[in-house]
Amino acid sequence: MILHEFMDFEVLRVIWWALLGVLLIGFALADGFDLGVGTLLPFVARTDLERRVAINTVGPVWEGNQVWFILGGGAIFAAWPPLYAVSFSGFYLAMFLILAALILRPVGFKYRSKRDSETWRSAWDWALFVGGFVPALVFGVAVGNVLQGVPFRLTEDLMPIYEGGFFGLLNPYALLAGLVSVSMLVMHGAAWLVFKSEGLVADRAREFGMYAAMATFATYALAGLWLAAGIDAYAFTGAVAHDGPSNPLMNEVVRGGSWMAAYAERPWIIVAPVMGFLGAAMAVLGFRARREGWTMLASKMSITGIIASVGLTMFPFILPSSIDPTSSLTVWDSSSSHLTLFVMLVSAVIFMPIILLYTAWVYKVLWGKVTARDVMDNSDSVY
Amino acid sequence: MELDIVELSRLQFALTAMFHFLFVPLTLGLSVIVAIMETVYVMTNRPIWRQMTKFWATLFGINFVLGVATGITMEFQFGMNWAYYSHYVGDIFGAPLAIEGLMAFFLEATFVGLMFFGWDKMSKVAHCIVTWLVAIGSNFSALWILIANGWMQNPVGAVFNPVTMRMEMTSFFEVMFNHVAQAKFVHTVSAGYVTAAIFVIGVSAWYLIKGRHEALAKRSIAVAASFGLASALSVVVLGDESGYSATHSQKMKLAAVEGMWDTYKAPAPFKLVGIPDQEARETKYAVQIPVAMGLLGTRSLTEEMRGINDLVIEAEARILNGILAYDALMDIRAAKGAATPEQIARFEDHSADLGYAFLLKRYVDDPREATTEQIAQAAEDTIPGVLPLFWAFRVMVGLGFMFIGVMLFFFIRANFYGMRFPRWSLWAAVFAIPTPWIAAEAGWFVAEFGRQPWTVDGVLPTALSVSHLSVGQVALTLAGFVTFYSVLFIIEMGLMLKYIRKGPFMDVAETEAWNRRHNDRLSGRTSQQPAE
Repeated sequence: MILHEFMDFEVLRVIWWALLGVLLIGFALADGFDLGVGTLLPFVARTDLERRVAINTVGPVWEGNQVWFILGGGAIFAAWPPLYAVSFSGFYLAMFLILAALILRPVGFKYRSKRDSETWRSAWDWALFVGGFVPALVFGVAVGNVLQGVPFRLTEDLMPIYEGGFFGLLNPYALLAGLVSVSMLVMHGAAWLVFKSEGLVADRAREFGMYAAMATFATYALAGLWLAAGIDAYAFTGAVAHDGPSNPLMNEVVRGGSWMAAYAERPWIIVAPVMGFLGAAMAVLGFRARREGWTMLASKMSITGIIASVGLTMFPFILPSSIDPTSSLTVWDSSSSHLTLFVMLVSAVIFMPIILLYTAWVYKVLWGKVTARDVMDNSDSVY
Repeated sequence: MELDIVELSRLQFALTAMFHFLFVPLTLGLSVIVAIMETVYVMTNRPIWRQMTKFWATLFGINFVLGVATGITMEFQFGMNWAYYSHYVGDIFGAPLAIEGLMAFFLEATFVGLMFFGWDKMSKVAHCIVTWLVAIGSNFSALWILIANGWMQNPVGAVFNPVTMRMEMTSFFEVMFNHVAQAKFVHTVSAGYVTAAIFVIGVSAWYLIKGRHEALAKRSIAVAASFGLASALSVVVLGDESGYSATHSQKMKLAAVEGMWDTYKAPAPFKLVGIPDQEARETKYAVQIPVAMGLLGTRSLTEEMRGINDLVIEAEARILNGILAYDALMDIRAAKGAATPEQIARFEDHSADLGYAFLLKRYVDDPREATTEQIAQAAEDTIPGVLPLFWAFRVMVGLGFMFIGVMLFFFIRANFYGMRFPRWSLWAAVFAIPTPWIAAEAGWFVAEFGRQPWTVDGVLPTALSVSHLSVGQVALTLAGFVTFYSVLFIIEMGLMLKYIRKGPFMDVAETEAWNRRHNDRLSGRTSQQPAE
């Protein structure tokens, strides 16, 4: 294949860096409200019928939403193999926790209402809570660690060696990032519940949502200030070829300086944090004013801004190494080959619009609130 | 120490993959069977077909969700437990996995919700299309996963890059149209169809024994038997195609499966049974069919098939050549990006065997310092466990022929004997339910265990592919998966049995009303009621 030569390696790398962001944001927007609903489930819904209403708001769509996560994993593997290798093996036990939680979730949705027993159902309700809360927390903790740099190094053979333990991941800054993540996904889940249900469930969700949106604003601000004041950034020491081979060891990196320097270098990226704050503030108002569609959009905007701000601030770094900065993975030295990036781009350009179209159609078919009446009338076929 | 990690990681991968594959074949086949039933419903409007569709779809759903849940593990444990593998071949291997998500899994997962929740929200035809999209999505999924797996068996369209220390793609076309992958795809998908057909026939047979839901059971058998017969034939034919492919790409696997220690004069005989002895390097008590293996493996009477002993000698030569490649690679690395054309040319001369030098890494850090004994040992390591392969293969093939028999029997009975099934055959069908799973797991065992000691045949040894983890970490997650999966399995089986016992939801009034109208039409009086 020669076609790929028409597109610069450098450009493809930036596109795939952006697509990685799109997939993560897509995951947070689509699967995010499922995780949020799971986390809120024991609190906003008390009776069995209320819980079934809450679960059935996401019942028909969680499966498709979860594919964003699977696809995110697949795309990291295909476009950024070193990132896939280093982060998944490095965050080993954390990844296992996420897997266990995300396995519980599908099973919980599908099996919960298949037996009448109260113990059975309440056990699955807690499984759904764990399946929502744990991934939301761990994703945030992971991002918090990425911002600080992760204790790994690459051998000459490019074998990743991780030298931190599981509990090292649970440092104060990472836990704060975990709180940002939980708050924003709970906000999103609450916005969804308000949008898709009515009565007591919606009322309780509105209240939780308002606090979650405030918490999102506050924790995000705190994490930003802490990042500016107390977290070291990473930088290349020499010139870096943007179309060079994908071998991180060929570029020298040092630790020091502030991540905030990115805002001096590329002032336009301020758009992202502004969206993050503005969206959260608008969500607070939206919950209060009972503007359901508006709240949902505000919540989406906030999440998009928060996730984008992390990527844009760190660019071109993707996964810095705290113990051997030269091993750090960046956009310029940890991608797949020129050809693979091109092939993957072609398939993404073909399939992403199709996916978005049919997903939109499915949401359209399912439009409208889920009521207690719906659940009772279709008791055998819904969750 | 290092070996423990390798063994534990292999065990974990084997267990989680085999567990995942308890649910995949039924998903593949049942999705299509359900779609066929719904199509009949849309075309005939008979309520019974909608009831059948909904009933089998319920069982499909209980099974599907565990396939999805355990599939997540599969997608992530390459990075978790096989980090060096992920780095080394991610450039090629990652692409089909990502495309699987884009093209297949999104389709399947987005529409499966509508399939269950959308009955009253759209027209009959639209719902039927949704069901077909789920079936198509799951089958496309299998295609891309098997393209990825096929590449591990026959790594085409890629070359090693000494600067990035990994394999890089040279032709996506070759990766996609890898003949091993294509043969594997049709073989695996057909095996899934057979699994679902046996499942449907077995459950329906149980209803007939109990005298329950006879209308549903008989029609289900008719659908499953015709669908299953075509699939069972295709499994065997395509399985043979896989074997033929292996003749050219994986000689060692084929020789091991055949317990063929020495190179026979063409055409080689096929060993029906026997007891391979790895120590003595012979297959004892062999009952052979002359000429058969040569015909199956090479489609000729004159082409020779190499035995294990000769392949080991070949491997030793490739290890020696690989050491030269490794030496050249170290020169290129020492030159730090300023390697001379001569150095690069010297590497390229030997690079095809670089993977063979890596076999020595189990014994010595620098393959160039390996002793003659270590080289001989590494060559010996290229022989997989012959006895388990020999028998797993025979179990799979034996069951494959049995499935053709079962399908043929039920097909003939359903079509030419007015749906009358002798009681013994119904009981046999019930007891046959687990057999396709045994065949499928045996098939994967042959494919994956037979590829050892490689993760990517001839390119990357398994021992080198693992992550840098502690034994405790891997043991912990292994224990976690075993416990977690066992609980899930018990829960799933419980629900499956509960819903089979409960049976379909039959709307008697609706069925009777339909029958009345139908009889009216048959007897020439036009019904005034609108059709359903």
